[in-house]
Amino acid sequence: MGCVESMNYEIVLRDATFKESRDYIHSNFRESIDVQPGFKIFDVHVIGLPPIAIGLDGDFVIFPYTKPCHGTFLLRVEDGEEAARLRALKK
Amino acid sequence: MADEPTAKTATALLVLGCPQVPVQTSIALYLINRLKKAGITPVVAGNKAANTLLVVSDPDRHYLGEVIDLDRAVGLITDKKRDFDQCFVFIHNDAGVSYAATMGAISKAKLYALVYGEHYEEQVKKIDFPCTVIAAKAVHNPLPLKKAIDEVAPWAA
Repeated sequence: MGCVESMNYEIVLRDATFKESRDYIHSNFRESIDVQPGFKIFDVHVIGLPPIAIGLDGDFVIFPYTKPCHGTFLLRVEDGEEAARLRALKK
Repeated sequence: MADEPTAKTATALLVLGCPQVPVQTSIALYLINRLKKAGITPVVAGNKAANTLLVVSDPDRHYLGEVIDLDRAVGLITDKKRDFDQCFVFIHNDAGVSYAATMGAISKAKLYALVYGEHYEEQVKKIDFPCTVIAAKAVHNPLPLKKAIDEVAPWAA
């Protein structure tokens, strides 16, 4: 996972399908942003079917991380700067 | 002679999935061989296990050329540092479909979805983005998928 491994992350969903991950964000977070595949969050290029939903909850960023053998993980990482950067893209 | 422009060689990226389904490695080597014979330079991108299976299977690199990490390949294409004429994505699970959709979005390559495995029809239904789907129920025996690929003959496209 490279950079992701060094993050203090919480796994919100594991071994999910991409659709389950997108539905979870839309159902559980009032604030979200849609991005295109390849969009960089932290040092990770997100993978998935466009549009890819990213959740925002205060200083937390909730984003899908896909691994070929384990499906999609939904990770929750606290980073105020990244959350602010993503919020700015909505405007 | 040095000033003569050289024709750009066509390139193809093979995006490997999880290697838990046995046919992937043999089909990848087969496709690499067909592409090379057609003058197309193949590049393989996979996770460590998928790449290592190929490298160990072809120690003298009769077939394999460049092999790169999958995340790195996505980064290079997204950052517009690299692209390919064709892209073949190996799909037997949901993650494979996600990678194929990603390649369709970030790359200008003609996209081929190679779908196989026990539940290949389930994965085919998820593909709603432009690409050529080549699908067969192939788990241990690569011949059904090889036959499907031969019928499309993407190296001749």
